[in-house]
Amino acid sequence: MPHIVIIGNGISGITAARHIRKRSDTRITVISGESEHFFSRTALMYVYMGHMRHIDIKPYEDHFWAKNRIELKHAWVQQVDAEKKHVKLQDGKTVDYDKLIIATGSASNKFGWPGQDLPGVQGLYSLQDLEAMELNTKGITRAVIVGGGLIGVEMAEMLHSRNIPVTLLVRETIFWGGVLPNEEAGLIGRHIIENGIVLRMGTEMNEILPGANGRVCAVVTRTGEEIACQFVGLTAGVHPNIAWLKDSTAIKMDKGVLVNEFLETNMPDICAIGDCAQFHEHPDLQRKNIEQVWYTGRMMGETVAKTVTGERTAYRPGHWFNSAKFFDLEYQTYGWVRHELQPGEEGHYWEHTNGKVALHLVWDQKSRVLHGVNSIGLRLRHEVFDRWLEAKATVDHVVAHLEEAAFDPEFYEKMEPLIRMSFKQAKTVTA
Amino acid sequence: MSKTDHSLSIADQHSGVLDGVQKGALTLASLGVLGLIVSLPFSTIPQPAFWLAISLSAIVAGTLWYAHHSYANKPAGIKNNGVWHSGLTTRGIAAWVVGILLTGLYILLYFYPEYLGQAAEGEQNKGLIALFDPLAQLLHGGPASQWFMYGTLYTVSILAMGYKFILKYRNNKYQIVRTISVMFFQLGFAFLLPELLARLSLPYNDFKNMWPLNYSFFDEWNVKGLIDAGGFGLFMLLFGVAMIFVISPILTYFYGKRWYCSWVCGCGGLAETAGDPFRQLSDKSTKAWKMERWIIHTVLVFAVVMTVALVYSYLGDSAKGFWVTRGMLLGIIGLALGSVATVVLVRPGMVKEVNNTIRFLALGLLVAIIGLTVHAYITGRGDVFFVESYPLRKWYGFFIGAIFSGVIGVGFYPLMGSRVWCRFGCPMAAILGMQQRFFSRFRITTNGGQCISCGNCSTYCEMGIDVRSYAQRGENIVRSSCVGCGICAAVCPRGVLKLESRSSAGGKVQDRVSSDPIAIGKTGATLR
Repeated sequence: MPHIVIIGNGISGITAARHIRKRSDTRITVISGESEHFFSRTALMYVYMGHMRHIDIKPYEDHFWAKNRIELKHAWVQQVDAEKKHVKLQDGKTVDYDKLIIATGSASNKFGWPGQDLPGVQGLYSLQDLEAMELNTKGITRAVIVGGGLIGVEMAEMLHSRNIPVTLLVRETIFWGGVLPNEEAGLIGRHIIENGIVLRMGTEMNEILPGANGRVCAVVTRTGEEIACQFVGLTAGVHPNIAWLKDSTAIKMDKGVLVNEFLETNMPDICAIGDCAQFHEHPDLQRKNIEQVWYTGRMMGETVAKTVTGERTAYRPGHWFNSAKFFDLEYQTYGWVRHELQPGEEGHYWEHTNGKVALHLVWDQKSRVLHGVNSIGLRLRHEVFDRWLEAKATVDHVVAHLEEAAFDPEFYEKMEPLIRMSFKQAKTVTA
Repeated sequence: MSKTDHSLSIADQHSGVLDGVQKGALTLASLGVLGLIVSLPFSTIPQPAFWLAISLSAIVAGTLWYAHHSYANKPAGIKNNGVWHSGLTTRGIAAWVVGILLTGLYILLYFYPEYLGQAAEGEQNKGLIALFDPLAQLLHGGPASQWFMYGTLYTVSILAMGYKFILKYRNNKYQIVRTISVMFFQLGFAFLLPELLARLSLPYNDFKNMWPLNYSFFDEWNVKGLIDAGGFGLFMLLFGVAMIFVISPILTYFYGKRWYCSWVCGCGGLAETAGDPFRQLSDKSTKAWKMERWIIHTVLVFAVVMTVALVYSYLGDSAKGFWVTRGMLLGIIGLALGSVATVVLVRPGMVKEVNNTIRFLALGLLVAIIGLTVHAYITGRGDVFFVESYPLRKWYGFFIGAIFSGVIGVGFYPLMGSRVWCRFGCPMAAILGMQQRFFSRFRITTNGGQCISCGNCSTYCEMGIDVRSYAQRGENIVRSSCVGCGICAAVCPRGVLKLESRSSAGGKVQDRVSSDPIAIGKTGATLR
């Protein structure tokens, strides 16, 4: 019976393990140094905020793994020997494999800032990061977060929940500017400020200063401004966590482990999935070659499970979707809404007078086929938008049938008539 | 150049730690409780009305002040910050103290009311209960009893904590409407209306309190009392029977059992309001789920057997006194159970998840009950199940009515969560649950691939349903225990869950059990 070894017990690796077990009786081992059991990485923030305990963010009860004959090994891997077909653990032991799946996720970006390794300076990605944050933020009076992306806002919300004042430094002039259009970025930025976060747009950090105790005591911005703080969160993105593979030179790597559309590396019987994988060329040209999203990790896990159990399957993730929550504002997106309109595109943005609900539609000017939708504070049905995108529905059809996609709780104010009216008015103006 | 940012933050409490105003507000509420407690040793209290008004006002004002300060000046949105950092909400010392006090109160209430001041026949109330005499006088024109005192405090709790709940969840209109509903039904139907009926010399009746939750509904004294009360009493009796067999099945078909359990019921009302801080304490393990199914259905069988035996024993063989005879009773029960069994056994496709053990158990139970009733009918025995019905009724009242629903049900809020009774014990919930599971449109739908398995839904499910295990597979949630409180959907950070009772796409009830796997990849990457 072939032995499939998976390095990494995040959503990608675990999804792969579960689907391999559904499809075969082969021996499966999952190795992770980070944690004994799979947990939801996206939920780490809730543990810090006291919404849940660590046990609550484990999606499966501990008996699940033995019951499904998925062997767990709590250890750090040091090296992959592709020729001898084994992985070497930090304690010197080796684990033989017939097929290997690398799913080691990401690590926080550090851009060589002076002082970036001082005590009290950290990113937030792993369970160890969370434990460090617990210690690093005890009794502090101000925190600075560098990077206005999803993790930056999460960190701000975490600290805010413990009444720690936060200054959020954002390099772009608007919040999450590379991803969100101006309107959404503005709305979310206002919401962040309303929650008491000091949001500093267009501000870059130059260096981090140590205090007398050797810990961080301030950050200095590019303009020379000094902001006193006892904690610095580095949240300027993540990169594939492949530093541990530096001695495994047989495997071709760039920023991540290079894979083809079947998630196979250059070495036979070694695949890579999730955040740590980098496509030579993404099968969906609209997407980046490295995808660092929960959902894509899950889909890659399911795809690779087919490949390693004998049904070689290309990764075809379908229509893009994503979601996030910024303090109290939920955000969902289906299809593509770029931060600015692409050539030949047209868009319509509607915002409720309460400033907490918004919908942004983008479509092709000529054919009027919908390209994508962003929604804030309004829940939309995934299945319906997926169907519309697949059928190349026009924006007019979508606006006319918006109720089909409504997913807000009962008794909520119906937004569809408001959206329809605003869409109609905009159309009249352009015509 | 050095500069310190000044936060615009409105002081938020340190996770799990109370700020000065919150402490002040809780002190005020505690003083109110103390005001009630100090009355205990006194045999007569001067100005009881004044004393009661002051104490209750302090409790209510303290609670409202606490709620207002904690939630009103912050952006709307559910914040469970520090829930797992505070002893009160995580079975810490404070939780044990509250749990023991509550348990003690229930023990006194049920078994030693004289220590609360309950008067013996023909005497004056003393202590705590005497405080409530003026209010009782005002409402129904007689002295208070321990149950009047309990009802008043119960209603005050639901109203004050309901206000807190509404503020906390004010970004969610479903929660607001639902909470106003439980507050209304508690104040109007459970508290004021029965008192008013008593004032009008009509039988005391809580219209929404159905059998078998209201296990004394078919007691001889109650049925006789209603019949003897003339037209209106008869209406109450018929309404009670219609609630069980007609109204509740119809409402449950259209809306799920939530119409009762989290919108109308008094037990549910207290759990949803005063019990809200403890909802995360319910056990989510599959082991607990297994225990739940055994215990609650055992209680249901107990309730049915007890009631049938009781009614059988006071009915005669002829229609004298009641229109129903023993034979008719057995016939009705045989018919009702028989038709349910036929559906379950003959159309197994409808309930494909029911495994054979349960099916055979149900069949065995059915055969036993029908056999016993037929045997009793033929032999003309006075006790249908070979047991005396009155001791059975007494034991039910003691173990289920007092210990389970009261002492454990509420006393253990801070230790086992707010729905222990509703989940493990309530026979009404068991019946509505079966209807919800097999004959209802209600389900919680999941939103395609958006689940991130974070666990907020499962953690804050007061019924201990592992909501996440369904959501992450993209599978609809159709569980008999779900009371439809909607908190899972409210705390979901990605907009994944929605309570729905529209007819499902296929129009058939079974369609809602498993939704289609939602293809999120062109080559059929699914979610499962």
